[in-house]
Amino acid sequence: MNNLVLKNTIRFIGLLFLQVLIFSHMNIFGNINPMVYIVWVFLFPVRKNRSLFLILSFLLGISIDFFLDSGGINAFAITFIAYLRLPILIAIMRKSDFDYVQINLRTISINKAFLFITTLTIIHHFIVFSLEYFNFNAILTIISNTILTSVFTILISTLGIALFRKKK
Amino acid sequence: MRQIIYFIEKFRYFLLFIVLEIFAFIFIIQYHSYHQSKFVNSANAITGGIYNKVNSINEFFHLKIENQILSEENARLKNLLEARENKFVLDSFTVIDTSQYFQKYEYSVAKIINNNYTKRNNFLTLNKGAKSGLTPDLGVINSKGIIGVIKNVSPNYATILSILNSNSKINVRLKNSNHFGTLVWDGKNYNIMQVIDIPRQAMVKAGDTIISGGKSAIFPEGIEIGVVKDFKYEQNKYHMINILLFNDMSAIGEVQIVKNLHKNEQFSLEQSVVNE
Repeated sequence: MNNLVLKNTIRFIGLLFLQVLIFSHMNIFGNINPMVYIVWVFLFPVRKNRSLFLILSFLLGISIDFFLDSGGINAFAITFIAYLRLPILIAIMRKSDFDYVQINLRTISINKAFLFITTLTIIHHFIVFSLEYFNFNAILTIISNTILTSVFTILISTLGIALFRKKK
Repeated sequence: MRQIIYFIEKFRYFLLFIVLEIFAFIFIIQYHSYHQSKFVNSANAITGGIYNKVNSINEFFHLKIENQILSEENARLKNLLEARENKFVLDSFTVIDTSQYFQKYEYSVAKIINNNYTKRNNFLTLNKGAKSGLTPDLGVINSKGIIGVIKNVSPNYATILSILNSNSKINVRLKNSNHFGTLVWDGKNYNIMQVIDIPRQAMVKAGDTIISGGKSAIFPEGIEIGVVKDFKYEQNKYHMINILLFNDMSAIGEVQIVKNLHKNEQFSLEQSVVNE
């Protein structure tokens, strides 16, 4: 239990600093900054204590907003996908091998994990860019930004999750 | 009453979600309006301190470029000085009445410790704050143009509303005529900004220099901003004059803060006219 708390604390702080100091200043092809901090939502253990998870996600989002001067955009988007995580997980697993407590991104099959990450990432990025532009006329810019940034976020977060896999 | 408690118990998780989202949404609304003071900004001790640390490492790698910019600015200032000396010789008999002399703008230096230019609404963080005499609504420039306007200040740090922001509207004019316009940004390319509201009588040509207008109480007149890249002239009106900035907004370090010492005087005078 204590190990779990420690691990998640380190992950919280680590993701925050990685995001605001490195990934938000990458500017791939001029303007693409992957939002890798949502790995937090993918990796937080699925347990009964869902309220704590929601509050922590909100805190991570608002901390990133403080650093990036983006109002409450990241907080809004990450809380939204944190809320949607369980329904999407249930939809993807189709109840077959769904065990509430045991589920872990590293134990489910790679296709399902990839589908899960992709869905949440695209929802998150679409919310972030819509709120940032706040304008219906910019819908094409919003969609193109969402797709391009999602590609890099998915790529980097998948690599990251694979890299830090626990050795058995 | 019991039913209300039961309802809250049952939908506790959903209600928590709604409350958090409402909080986030309030911050977003504040972020999109210029005039409301912001709570979520990077001008506080924690974020400012961390950006300061990281910047002190980053800065080391840019020393060469920074040196070059400084020596360019030096050369420009020396040229100005030369020009002034010549003029001085010609009318050296003018008596300067020091009691009439006044200083309108005061400059001080500061450093950008966090730079953004890829988002739609960009904010920068500065390593000086209220303790160094900074207040909101001071102009920020460097040797190649305008950077933005100070928005929030904390004791040691300040955030700047960059010109690359949908809330930024800077008064500019053509260098060769006195036609005024407004400098805005469409969010696409950080080197290219747009001038709107130029009257149709103005003769705009590609390559014309755009300078700050001096109609605002923030920036002094005549800071060179950029050159006209291209423009559209339709139905006897100018649409979208694209400006190529002199400044590279992706690489700014040392900046100057402009303080207009006559601002209050100007404001109170203008206010008294409005009130009549």
